[in-house]
Amino acid sequence: MSEFLQQLVNGITWGSVYALIALGYTMVYGILRLINFAHGDIYMLGAFAAFYASRWIGAGTDPNPAKALLVFVIAMAACGAAGFLIERFAYKPVRKSSRLSALITAIGVSLLLENGGVLVFGAAPRFFPQIVTPHNISLGMGVNITNQQLIILAVSVLLMAALRFIVINTRVGKAMRAVSYNHTAAALMGISVDRIITFTFVLGSMLAAAAGMLVALQNPRIEPYMGIMPGLKAFVAAVLGGIGNIPGAVLGGLVMGIAEVMVVGYVSPTYRDAIAFVLLIIILLVRPAGLLGKHVAEKV
Amino acid sequence: MTLRMGSRPWVLTILLGASLVFSGCAGSGKEELVVGEYGSLTGNDPTFGQSTKNGVELALDELMTTSQGKIGGLPVRTIVEDDQGRPEEAATVVQKLVTQDQVIAVIGEVASSRSLAAAPICQEAMVPMISPSSTNPKVTEVGDFIFRMCFIDPFQGTVMAKYAGENLQLKQIAILKDVRSDYSVGLTKFFSDAFVAIGGTIVEEQAYSAGDQDFRPQLTAIKAKKPQAIFIPGYYTEVGLIARQARELGLTVPLLGGDGWESDQLLQIGGEALNGAAYSNHFAVDNPDPRLQSFLQKYRAKFGGDPDAIAGLAFDAANVLFQSMQKLYEQDPKAFAGLSSSKAGSDARKEATRKLRDLIATTTNFPGVTGNITLDEHRNASKPAVVLAIKDGKKVYDTTVAP
Repeated sequence: MSEFLQQLVNGITWGSVYALIALGYTMVYGILRLINFAHGDIYMLGAFAAFYASRWIGAGTDPNPAKALLVFVIAMAACGAAGFLIERFAYKPVRKSSRLSALITAIGVSLLLENGGVLVFGAAPRFFPQIVTPHNISLGMGVNITNQQLIILAVSVLLMAALRFIVINTRVGKAMRAVSYNHTAAALMGISVDRIITFTFVLGSMLAAAAGMLVALQNPRIEPYMGIMPGLKAFVAAVLGGIGNIPGAVLGGLVMGIAEVMVVGYVSPTYRDAIAFVLLIIILLVRPAGLLGKHVAEKV
Repeated sequence: MTLRMGSRPWVLTILLGASLVFSGCAGSGKEELVVGEYGSLTGNDPTFGQSTKNGVELALDELMTTSQGKIGGLPVRTIVEDDQGRPEEAATVVQKLVTQDQVIAVIGEVASSRSLAAAPICQEAMVPMISPSSTNPKVTEVGDFIFRMCFIDPFQGTVMAKYAGENLQLKQIAILKDVRSDYSVGLTKFFSDAFVAIGGTIVEEQAYSAGDQDFRPQLTAIKAKKPQAIFIPGYYTEVGLIARQARELGLTVPLLGGDGWESDQLLQIGGEALNGAAYSNHFAVDNPDPRLQSFLQKYRAKFGGDPDAIAGLAFDAANVLFQSMQKLYEQDPKAFAGLSSSKAGSDARKEATRKLRDLIATTTNFPGVTGNITLDEHRNASKPAVVLAIKDGKKVYDTTVAP
């Protein structure tokens, strides 16, 4: 029993990271119908931004919460800026073209970020400084959690709640929802569609940056290709939950994280990556629109 | 759609011209001895490649002081290639060394999977390849042109099994191996066979793939079986992370491993979590042997910091090769002339590398910094292993086990 509970804790922490990345995919898809394949690489950029930021302010040598928070804010701001630039220079020029051009552009941006990362950061893995000193907390029944895992959970929940607040309760959020329904109608109502799209990209990139830094904190090895697999799986998580649906992305991320950990723990670690895709196929067979997605008839 | 190649004859002309220019590069015509070296200068375990390169460089420096960097009157030059820690890439760069640079011998690799990817190419081209530190037995089984400077895993596995069973008095051990590494899978088998033979039990065997970040699910499953120690026959990058995560899950038992742990980055990654761990290795820097101590001094002076065993083995590999080349010059100067770059691709070269191979194969009692090297009929070195224990963030010599 304690083994199962421990695996559950492992799965939920890992799943909440997928959820954070999946939110970015889902938001961009919801508004633009674009699968932003570069999203996983923004996650990598987030980890590296945090790496350089913590070096710069010396957060690794004498860890304290204020410095850690500062690193966090810098990483999110850096990736927000990166998201802005990518949208402005890569996606905006092809927005009027076919959806396929946008998809190919996204793959191009992803490769650019990965290989650019190798060029700038080097191919060798780096070790993320311990900006939060790890210690164990026993939950009883032999189940352990570290303060870093707790931080991952808490920050994820906080960011997801903040996102929900923005989307449901603010004017910008209302505009986002309007744009997601219909670009033209939203524009006719006086909404600046371009600005809303940019805002969505910045927001999604910031969430990915947060995920990158949280993971680096817990598993301190970072390298330019670290975003590929988590990016793919978060995309699967977003589809699993119903792409375009925000609570769906969170649910999909959690299902994915838990399923993966259980497969490694009870079946075989070799199937770790395969399970994501098997799960996707099964769920799409049963519910083609995803767990929480609504089936919408395609306009022809 | 049809391809209209015929309408653009100039494309073909350019391609043809380019291929002529490039093929003209082979056999530079210079009178020199070119040795190839490949390793993971980047990738998942970059200290392996870097240390190998440093070791070979130091051997070249020594050649410089003793004979102006020349053997038999010809200057020695090395060409170093980075395989990025990937077996496919290792095959590519060694193919390049062998066919384009036409090297007379190749030094590399550390990881057995990468040595295994490159060895058939050297064997096919009849170019001797000396792996300084691949311990999987399959590496030299590829063919008679493949050598190594270190002990092999059946011995290394036995050493750690005995250390666990006899020195530490343990009965129940769990194993966490890297399924994608020939080294890790082989060592797992040799360790468990030896450990079971002396009356121990393997209570759990879990696996991961190099490059993984999260080992908690496997460690949680291991924890449930309550082992007295965990044997982790992997490479240092993952081992450091595994150690941290094991401690975070409340697993406090000792961790044991093999020479894949050997890197100065191990302690940097694993930190305090590695205290109480132990692993088998090729040498210990606190060994008072004068040859080793003089190597240490030169290494520290040139690169700063202590060498790891990987650097020591690469230094020995280069010296064994240089010595064999020197012997060939003394015994058969006519054949030796075939090693010169100007003879690349000729029959004289083929005869020369075959004779060079025969001389490497007869290496006996070579005084290396990692111990005396005598190659057996399977082209493996039979040498003692040391066990290093990690205490208070430092590697400390624990014991030596003779073969």
